[in-house]
Amino acid sequence: MILLRLTFANLCLSPLGSLLTLLLVSLSSASIIVLLLASSQLAQTLSRDAKGIDLVLGARGSPIQLILSAVYHADIPTGNIRLNDTLRWRDDPRVKTAVPLSLGDSYRGFRIVGTTAEYAPIYGATLRTGRYWDTPMEVVAGALVAEAARLQVNTQFTSAHGLGASGHKHDTQPYRVVGVLKPTGSVIDRLILTSLESVWQLHDEGDPASNHQNSTDSDEQHNASQSHQDGEEDHANHAEDNVQHITAMLLSYRSPLSALSLPREVNAAGALQAAAPAMEMARVLQLVGIGLDGLKAFAVVLILIAFLSLFATLYGSLRARRHDLAMLRCLGANRWELLLMLLLEGFLLAFGGILLGVAVGHGTMEAVGYMLANTRGVGFTGRTWLSSETFLLLGLLVVTAAAAALPAIQAYRTDVARTLAAP
Amino acid sequence: MTLNQDVAIEVKNLRFSYDNEILIDLASLSVQRGESMAILGASGSGKTTLLHLLAGLLTPSSGSIALFGSSLTEMRETERDRFRGRHIGLVFQRLHLLPALSVLENIMLTLRLARLPPDKQRVDQLLDQLHLKDLAMCKPDRLSQGQAQRVAIARAVVHRPKLLIADEPTSALDDKNAEDAIAMLRESASGAGATLLVVTHDQRVRGSLAREFEMPVPL
Repeated sequence: MILLRLTFANLCLSPLGSLLTLLLVSLSSASIIVLLLASSQLAQTLSRDAKGIDLVLGARGSPIQLILSAVYHADIPTGNIRLNDTLRWRDDPRVKTAVPLSLGDSYRGFRIVGTTAEYAPIYGATLRTGRYWDTPMEVVAGALVAEAARLQVNTQFTSAHGLGASGHKHDTQPYRVVGVLKPTGSVIDRLILTSLESVWQLHDEGDPASNHQNSTDSDEQHNASQSHQDGEEDHANHAEDNVQHITAMLLSYRSPLSALSLPREVNAAGALQAAAPAMEMARVLQLVGIGLDGLKAFAVVLILIAFLSLFATLYGSLRARRHDLAMLRCLGANRWELLLMLLLEGFLLAFGGILLGVAVGHGTMEAVGYMLANTRGVGFTGRTWLSSETFLLLGLLVVTAAAAALPAIQAYRTDVARTLAAP
Repeated sequence: MTLNQDVAIEVKNLRFSYDNEILIDLASLSVQRGESMAILGASGSGKTTLLHLLAGLLTPSSGSIALFGSSLTEMRETERDRFRGRHIGLVFQRLHLLPALSVLENIMLTLRLARLPPDKQRVDQLLDQLHLKDLAMCKPDRLSQGQAQRVAIARAVVHRPKLLIADEPTSALDDKNAEDAIAMLRESASGAGATLLVVTHDQRVRGSLAREFEMPVPL
């Protein structure tokens, strides 16, 4: 106890140096904790939103774009496909579920997804109030949409074409909310669901006579989306031949073995592109991972600097206090107690810094999560603990011990007689 | 070897050499319990080395030292540390008060390190006796030289050591303060029931302690 008291007193004797080291340790550990949390939660979000979706069928183009648009709703679609082309795969015995998606419109930046009643169960979403749609132009709102856009049962709204507010407004045919989903923490919270027929009806699918209304507008948007500048691909590809179009179809397999054959067959068949979310996201994460690894390496350098500073602080205090240490020996303390005292000093500083760093790191993630809650699909939170953090803490303890070891050994080896005689 | 507990210090055939140079060669020295003695000698005569040997801070090359019937030279180092903390009080010319601790804490530190209970009454009595009562909560850097020396003496005697050793306690002081310091050491030693040893080259100390011992010059 007396050693602890002495250690505290010594730390308070040079508060500026102690505080500086404490801050360095805490900031460096906070930054690495933020990186750990962010990368793990990013990967977690990506895999959560793709859970239950083994393969996505869509128009030919970039597979990553197809996955981003059809699974994460974070990109414009690659184009439209004919519903008829997908039926063959929907009825394939290897396919367990097949959910069609028709994208194209939005309300206040939230996507309206034309689909079937099988879409919500993919995410385990259930109704909080109301019911699912029976007729076209009835919608079910995701939890976040309902909250942010103040939608409730019987609210009516008109959608806009594309994702931006500048899109063409479908003023004539308003949607009506008939149900609101419970929050799931996945992408469906940010979507407005409706029947495929609603989307077809709104875009005059199979009714060329009334297509004049937005034909020029649609063409413009179509071109724009080809160069990836507009918000959303115009999916209403104007029924040249009265066939029904969808944007994508989400498949799940009966057996994982199908992953070996089905995608290849789809791609070989010509009309469609098949992309597996798991594979595309692994590619994305690999790309993101390079950046994260760079940041992590930088954070490790920060940590090394912090612990060099810890070493310098301890060594400096050791030199400044060598007479004190000799006096402690005169008063009956033994070598081991001096060693322990220096170690304690190092661990107190490091521990204080690390604890502060953990608090700052998790607090930052919580704050970021709070700020992004309504806008992005990634639900960041600081209220988790990763096993990698435990390893980080253990690693930091080892580094602390290394930084404190030399000063502590020097304290142990204090030559009392010579130190007392020295000026 | 039979050890007499009434003998405070019993030194026999003590030799200490460093870098092949014999610094101390002392055939015998014996100090009785309760005696006060000045160890005199020119600088370089090994006075301070003898002090460090007697306090167990150095180990002799050969020979034996016994304090109050306990053979210091046969103890392990941690035992010597413990023995020193419990039974010896040390006052140096440079006081080495711990700057991080208050006057009171500096004095208490002796009791803590000697693993003795914090005897508040004893500490209060000492603070009173040495006119330090109002300074108990001060840090050492606020004290005058005289006040600091009194704190150092209080720290050395608070645990009622059997042996109080002072190393050049007067050399930085003027005549008046030197006299006071010796008087204070004598009083504190007798108050604590301790044997007093003052190691000095200060000729002013001559005659103020019961016994004097001149360091022999090593061959």
